[in-house]
Amino acid sequence: MIRLTLWLLGALLLAGIVHLATVLLLPRMATQDAYARVSAIAPVNSVIPIPGPTPEKALMPFMDPAFQVSVCRYDLSRGPLKFSVPISQAYTSVSFYTRSDVAYYAINDRAAGRRMIELDLMTTAQRAELPENDEITAADRLIVTSPTTTGLIVIRALAPETGWIPAVRNALAAAQCRPQ
Amino acid sequence: MRLLFGTVFALVIAAVVGLGTTWLALTRGSAYGGVTIGAWTGWPKNGTAGIDPYARAIVARTGELPIGSGDGVAFYARTDDIGDPLDGRCDVLLSGTTPQARFWTITLYDPEGRLVANSAQRHGFTSQEIIRNADGSFEIMVGPRARPGNWLPTGGVEKYLLVLRLYDTPIGVATRTGSEAPMPLITKRACL
Repeated sequence: MIRLTLWLLGALLLAGIVHLATVLLLPRMATQDAYARVSAIAPVNSVIPIPGPTPEKALMPFMDPAFQVSVCRYDLSRGPLKFSVPISQAYTSVSFYTRSDVAYYAINDRAAGRRMIELDLMTTAQRAELPENDEITAADRLIVTSPTTTGLIVIRALAPETGWIPAVRNALAAAQCRPQ
Repeated sequence: MRLLFGTVFALVIAAVVGLGTTWLALTRGSAYGGVTIGAWTGWPKNGTAGIDPYARAIVARTGELPIGSGDGVAFYARTDDIGDPLDGRCDVLLSGTTPQARFWTITLYDPEGRLVANSAQRHGFTSQEIIRNADGSFEIMVGPRARPGNWLPTGGVEKYLLVLRLYDTPIGVATRTGSEAPMPLITKRACL
């Protein structure tokens, strides 16, 4: 009896390890995560529009149909990127995701406070190489540091009514994401 | 012999229980670290680098991208205020006000996160499209049959969920109670 209880105890301990290991490993093993889905249609370091969701077809689940979305799949291995997008009339936001879909930074038009959202995206190592007492760096440029070399920039602009869609699309079409 | 039997027994139990609990945790939704107000639950932390491992695994499995916390926050409702699952064959009244936000949208999805086909081709409302009462509150009738006013069609599906997204809002990781964030009430009316 004691022997059986011991085996059971060992089994449950092992079950806990299996549980934790699968939960922690799943984000790395996933083949149908958002990054993989975007990679299937988006070239590296350029902005492309993502088709809006319809009942038949959507690139990702739970997309907000009131928004027009563009994405830049970035790769910083060759150097930092410059990103810019003109803000549309209603609401524009730019969100940054790591290779494993973690939203590490997001900014909206009001926080940017200008007609354009402009920023430099680089890895922590590239940031460290920047000259330190550069006044331009401090004052004018918003610098975002990416925890991973690759990831996604997702630009989302709201069309509060359907009539706004063409104007919102135009603003998004002017978005840029390119190596410096 | 006994050692072999014991090892196999332990390994089988470990695999079944370990994988089973993982499956349950990932498919039953993360009730973990959420903010629940009325029928609505949101996970503001999922839009930050501090997202917990369970939510990360769920996001990797479903293929969605969580809203970044500098962008907004999403609240999900799968039931009405008394806990009955939302049924597309019933009329459900959504009424009241939303928490402070520059814009909000409300969208109807099936349980897999797809939009639901309907004759009106309406899948949700934005804060600007909605027709409001004189005091700024609003009422949305969610149901299978066309209604005057704000009508959100369900297409007659058996199960659906509502997602309220607040954009540019002070609601976030620190929000705890309904007095900070008054959410719309969800009341079931007649069923087909």
